[in-house]
Amino acid sequence: MTGLLQEPKTEPMRAPVPAAPPSRTRRTLPEDGVPALLVEHVTKQFLVGRKRKPVTAVKDISLRIRRGEIYGVLGANGSGKSTFIRLVSTLLTLDTGKVEVFGHDIERDEMAVKRLINRVSVDAAFFKKLSPFENLAYAARLYGMDPKSARQQAIAILARLGISEKRLGRPLEQMSRGMQQKVAIARALLTSPTLLLLDEPTTGLDPRSKLDVQSFIEDLRDGHDATIVLTTHDLAEADRLCDRIAIINDGRIVVEETPEALKVLVAERHGQEPTMESVFMTFTGRSLDDDLDNENDENDEG
Amino acid sequence: MTLMTRELKASFAFVERNFNLTKRYWGWEVAFLVYAVAGALAVSLIGAGQNDTRLLLTLVIGAVFWNYLSVVFSFIAETVSWERWEGTLEYTFMAPVRRYAQMLGSTLYAVIFGFVHTVVVLVVLALFFELDLSQANFGTAAVFMVLGSVSFIGIGIMTAILPLMYVERGAQMTFVLQSVLLLISGVYYSIDVLPGWMQVASNFSPATYVLDGVRAGLIDGVGTADLLRDVWPLALMGIVFIPLGLWAFGRAERYAKRTGKLKRVG
Ligand SMILES: Nc1ncnc2c1ncn2[C@@H]1O[C@H](COP(=O)(O)OP(=O)(O)O)[C@@H](O)[C@H]1O
Ligand SMILES: [Mg+2]
Repeated sequence: MTGLLQEPKTEPMRAPVPAAPPSRTRRTLPEDGVPALLVEHVTKQFLVGRKRKPVTAVKDISLRIRRGEIYGVLGANGSGKSTFIRLVSTLLTLDTGKVEVFGHDIERDEMAVKRLINRVSVDAAFFKKLSPFENLAYAARLYGMDPKSARQQAIAILARLGISEKRLGRPLEQMSRGMQQKVAIARALLTSPTLLLLDEPTTGLDPRSKLDVQSFIEDLRDGHDATIVLTTHDLAEADRLCDRIAIINDGRIVVEETPEALKVLVAERHGQEPTMESVFMTFTGRSLDDDLDNENDENDEG
Repeated sequence: MTLMTRELKASFAFVERNFNLTKRYWGWEVAFLVYAVAGALAVSLIGAGQNDTRLLLTLVIGAVFWNYLSVVFSFIAETVSWERWEGTLEYTFMAPVRRYAQMLGSTLYAVIFGFVHTVVVLVVLALFFELDLSQANFGTAAVFMVLGSVSFIGIGIMTAILPLMYVERGAQMTFVLQSVLLLISGVYYSIDVLPGWMQVASNFSPATYVLDGVRAGLIDGVGTADLLRDVWPLALMGIVFIPLGLWAFGRAERYAKRTGKLKRVG
């Protein structure tokens, strides 16, 4: 398999990440050098609905993600996770602040950044009538890859995710959500991104597919030099997969720590149970099931 | 140079993708083709019914060339709305591809598709009617076909901006624009019969010049050199609209990314 599993495309001057030990908690990541993702004071506001009510989706976010890290962004619906991912994906412009991907400024060096990143969104956005192969060939060509070798890679990645080659020639709309999401992951990995943005990749999947996707991400984490930003509103998933977690509430990062440190923090300082649930409650004042999005959900036709 | 080759290769992504879409949606393509053929026949039969060979030829040319131009136009103008509908817009815009390469690929496919589509319509019409092409100057028709393509590509790109800026209304606006072009360009009648203000508007439609030129060439055998009145507006529109369209598309993309119009949910 290739993609993320290949050698990195940039920053050759730094020492390679040491082979990761099996447990996340004892992973050592180099602190020095160019961060995989650097975000400084980024804000994004939308004007929503007929009355053009301003909604600040992302408020003054700053963070620094090291190469090889899996960084979780945990937040309720409408807390600004997707907006953050889109800002880094060049799909939204920044109102303020700056973003750098492996030292490339996202605005001045947009094309270079685009080559380094890829993204998986909640909805597996494909041409529904085209087959997985046809969709992946399109993606491969867009990224300047040879479609034939892309095909071989796609077969390998999808085999690992439990989808056989036989399924890849028929229209994608005939696949289940879980399968479509796996094809979306293959599409993202195909282009060998050095920074992979996963925006709720497991939301709405059946339990089986969810596990498949999670253990695949674990594989990427344990065996390879992958830098991943993972948004989720699944506490267990964040706990299981992420080296560090940022909890985002109303567009703001309220806390950022390793999962262990977060749990210790709520236990020691707030006298709570050392669980992710109490971590989330403590820092956001709400349960994860609250939906923040409804009051802004007017049609945005303009 | 390597940049150019890279972008040219990337533009093939759009050709191949659109070809695959045509293949997968073949049922609809056939349905639309039947509709186009029936429409062209229905209109041309008016000329046959009048036993007027000149009128027949005028209508056939109108039907055939409008078919070509409108297919090219809608394919280009709908690149954004199509992807919006499929949900792939963000993935295409995220890819390291320049917009001109994207437009080049979409345009190339539109021209090929429009050409094949139109040949089918033409063959059916030729089988149906005895067309008097004894005077015809095919060179003129070919020149206007090329000029017409260029200018329609230009307004197609300009129009493709609308669905980028207006999430839902944009696609509706392109459709209305296409209808207006049909009305004012003298596709089936001389523009002299239009009210004065519509005649003024017809000056701004490239189709007006294409149809005038092609008719002069195919019915009366006029050469391109004697049709400069039609050539220069078309050339001008192509030269102005294509770069202007690409520039404006870039601005519209920026606007869409600033205001969150590419996609909101998910
Ligand atoms: N393109 C957009 N246009 C207008 N408002 C938006 C847009 N994208 C997000 N929002 C608003 O910004 C807030 C954060 O949304 P989002 O980033 O999608 O949250 P999450 O992904 O955490 O559910 C919500 O109030 C949402 O309605
Ligand atoms: Mg989201």
